[in-house]
Order: sequence, then structure tokens, then C-alpha cells
Amino acid sequence: MTDRTLRGRVAIVGIGETPYYRHGKSPDPEFVLALKAILAAARDAGIDPRRIDGFASYSNDRNDPSRLAAALGLPELRFSNMQWGGGGGGGSGAVANAAAAVAGGLADCVVVFRALAQGQFQRFGAAPPGGVATGEAALNAPYGVMSPAQRYAMRAMRFLHENRIGDGAQRAIALASYAHAQKNPRAVMHGRPLTAEAYDASRWIVEPWRLFDCCQENDGAAALIIVPAEQAKDFARKPAYLLGAALGSEYRNGARGHNAPLYATSSFTTVAPHLYAMAGVKPSEVDVLQSYENFTGGVLMSLVEHGFFKAEEANDFLVPENLLAPSGKLPLNTSGGNLAECYMHGLELQVEAVRQLRGESTAQVRDPEISMVISGPMVTPVSSMILGSAETL
Amino acid sequence: MSYLKPGLPAPVAENDGLDAPYWEGTRRGELMVQRCKACGTWQWGPEWICHKCLSFDMSWVRVEGRGRIYSWERPWHPVHPALKDQGPYIVVLVELPHAGNIRMLGNLLGDPKQAVRISAEVEAVFEPHDDAKPPFTLVQWKYA
Repeated sequence: MTDRTLRGRVAIVGIGETPYYRHGKSPDPEFVLALKAILAAARDAGIDPRRIDGFASYSNDRNDPSRLAAALGLPELRFSNMQWGGGGGGGSGAVANAAAAVAGGLADCVVVFRALAQGQFQRFGAAPPGGVATGEAALNAPYGVMSPAQRYAMRAMRFLHENRIGDGAQRAIALASYAHAQKNPRAVMHGRPLTAEAYDASRWIVEPWRLFDCCQENDGAAALIIVPAEQAKDFARKPAYLLGAALGSEYRNGARGHNAPLYATSSFTTVAPHLYAMAGVKPSEVDVLQSYENFTGGVLMSLVEHGFFKAEEANDFLVPENLLAPSGKLPLNTSGGNLAECYMHGLELQVEAVRQLRGESTAQVRDPEISMVISGPMVTPVSSMILGSAETL
Repeated sequence: MSYLKPGLPAPVAENDGLDAPYWEGTRRGELMVQRCKACGTWQWGPEWICHKCLSFDMSWVRVEGRGRIYSWERPWHPVHPALKDQGPYIVVLVELPHAGNIRMLGNLLGDPKQAVRISAEVEAVFEPHDDAKPPFTLVQWKYA
């Protein structure tokens, strides 16, 4: 094991969000959403936004750091970084990149952000009409495999088959998210409770996933402010210290045409051990977990690969009461997450993880000290991170 | 007669020509995949280099269109305009035991609501799209 680490080196001292909107309903352009989330995070931290000197984002974020820096009148831009690929898999990776920049002295105050107005651009869940397909897409699109759900359902199907996992396991994940969203006024699905009967009666999107197994498509933005740990106590709010972060994927995970040797995976089997090693944390010590839900089956695999239970225990562990705050064994997606709060490409999960450590969640776990986020199952690269209170340092 | 309604994106070879032998092969009714000349490793999808021995000396060889279902899915929700009136369809991931267990994607022919059995034996069926511009042929699968 290496002594090079991010453990305790940086802290998240500001969180910001815009209101969350149904897909296509944002009154603001996407770039304005980005600005508003960043300014909200600066306000939360109690700083002048002109103290920001770096930006980190992921996936296909369209809001260029240089334009943001110009728009915000930043005196200087010292760091701009994009986590490659991976869709939502880059959420914790973007935090890791920002943390590495701050810990390594490249910048002093980095914003991690994601802004998404799918109503103004191409939706993730719909394919553009007609056209030709080349390379990897040529092996998928002519067979009707175009959307993320269609792309990843076969990974989950194989996992469910190999481990004899029944319908209740995925359903429990959806029910927990919706139950938490009912307590969260920010949630797009607030006021829209979900029952087991309604889940079972819902239409298939792509077997093995029903409507409620799939994330929403939304408009909005979220941002986090990362500073050196030694400055963290100078800010307005209780800091959330980064204990560990890891990103990547397994051997040949990206082999084209669904040829990853370890196919039935959420891509975390090599990543999770690095995460726990850096954080010095065991799965049993995690008080509250936000796990990115593009689809419930990916959450299921992520929990297994992060050691919360074994695959053969999934049917027993994944029941709603184990996943609900405050009393469940593993309170999961306590804001409602991508399924029911807002699909902010998972960055809302990081915001919620900080909120839990501050004691400000609408589904608050009692005095949590270890708050964890898993980002983007089944894609490559993926990432995950662990935050801790000052007591964990 | 194609399994899915026409109008989906048409496959064309990459600009760099990497996968052209595959698409030229399907037009002839032949299933062509990569095999490393140096170490014999089978490889799919196409890549410029052997993932095992890192040789650039890859060959294309014809393989028998037989395999077994490794995984599957049944899409219902149409995400492309061409699928609007399609109804459900089945996509299977087929592994080829005689070619290093490489996997290939395709539709499972027959009733789109039929039960799908993982590990079941399947064989390839060539589905020409002669009227497409440019014309292409897909490899589909049916129970053997």
C-alpha cells in the first residue's frame, strides 16, 4: 500500500443546487443553471465567488470552464479538468480530480459542477432519427440497442441470472428512493409515492427493468466547492472531509461489442478495494450511502462490489426496511437520488452525502460520520468516494 | 424481411477501415472475426492490436455461426422513431465457444415474447438489407 493519499487533505465546504425541473421545463438556459449552482455553492460556503480558481466536471458537460471563469469575472483560472467518458461514472472522479489538484497545489478553491438541461439538447434516453452507425455503435444500433437502458440491461440480466436474484431486490431499491423523495420538497417526485403494487404494474422499459427501475431525465445543476483541509474550518459550514476516492474499471471492461471478460459487473471490482484502502474504512462503517442509479440493477451490483453484502445475499438484504433512513442497516439514496429527487447526472448524490454529514438531510441518518457515494455503475470508468466528519480524521 | 422495422441506423465500416472485413463478410454470408497471427487469440469487437500479446498482426478468419446465449434483454420502450410501432423485441448476447468465447450481439428471431434461455444453443442467420444505402447484412440468431 502506498503512503500517497488524498485522505484528509481536502474538504467540501460549499454545496449548491438550482431548483430541479422535469426534463425540458427549466426556465433558464443550461449555462445559466451552471452559474446559479456555482454561485449558490459559493454563498453556502460564505465566500466571494471570485475566490474560485478551478473547475472540474465529467461526462459530456457542455459548460466550458474558461467561459465560466470569464462570466464570473474570476481573477485567474488555475485548473480546468474533465473526467473522461463514463456518463455518470465520473461524478466521484470529478471530485477526486479536484481534490488531487487542491492537494497537489495546482489550485486553492475548485468547483466541481454538472449542469444539464436535456430539454435543450439531445436526451440521453432517446436516439436521434435515422443516420448511420460506425464502430462500436454499428454493432449495437442496428439491433435496437441505443439507449443507456438497452446498453446495460444485459449486464444486469446476466448478474441476476448467475446469482438467482428475484424481482424484489431491484424493487426495494426503487421503493427506498421514492420513499425518501416523499420527505424531500426539492425532489421532482415529491408528492408521488410509489407502492410495490404500482412498481409491479408499471410498464417494461427493457426487461429486466420497469419504468421505476430507470432514472429520470431532468434539468438543473449542482456544484461543490473543494478547498485544502487546513482551511476548512474558516468557512461558514461544517466541512465534509474527503477520506478516499477511486476511479477506473476492470481488465478490458471497455472491450467493444459487449466483450468485457467480466461482463456481469458494475465495473467496481477493482475500484472498491482502492477506495476502502485510501479511506481506511470498512463497508460496515459506512453510515449512509448514495449509490448512482441509472438503473436499479446497477445499484444492486455496486452494493455487492463494494462489499455491503454478497451476491447470494441480495434477496435477503435488499428489502425496503434495510434501505430506509434513519433506521435501516444501510440507508440508501436518502434524497431520492436519480430515480426520484433529480437526475443531475449523479452530482446531487454528492450534495446529499455532504448534507447528511451536516445533519441537514430531509431523511437524516442519526449523527453519521462516514458518508459514501458510488458513481455510475456498469459504465467505464466508474468512481466512488468516502466523506467523513472531522471526528474521522 | 427484417426482424426490426426498417429505418434504424445503418452500419457502415469505420473510416479507418478497421472493421470493413466484418461487414464485407456478412454481405457474403460469412462470419468473419479477428484472430491474432502471433499468438492465436480470438478477438471481438475489432481492434488494431491483440489484447493478449500486443501484436499488430491480426488476421480475419471465417468462423462457424454457432454459439450459446450468454445474456439477453427485451426492449419495449421505443427510443428511435423507427421503433415506434415495433413492439417488444429480443436482443441476445451470444458467445462462440469454438472461437475463444468471443461474444456477438444480435436479435433472437421468432416470437418477440418467447421465453429466452441463457446457455441455449443458437445459430446465425444472415439478414440482408439490400435496399439500404449503402446495403448491409446483419447477423441474427435463432435457436439451433
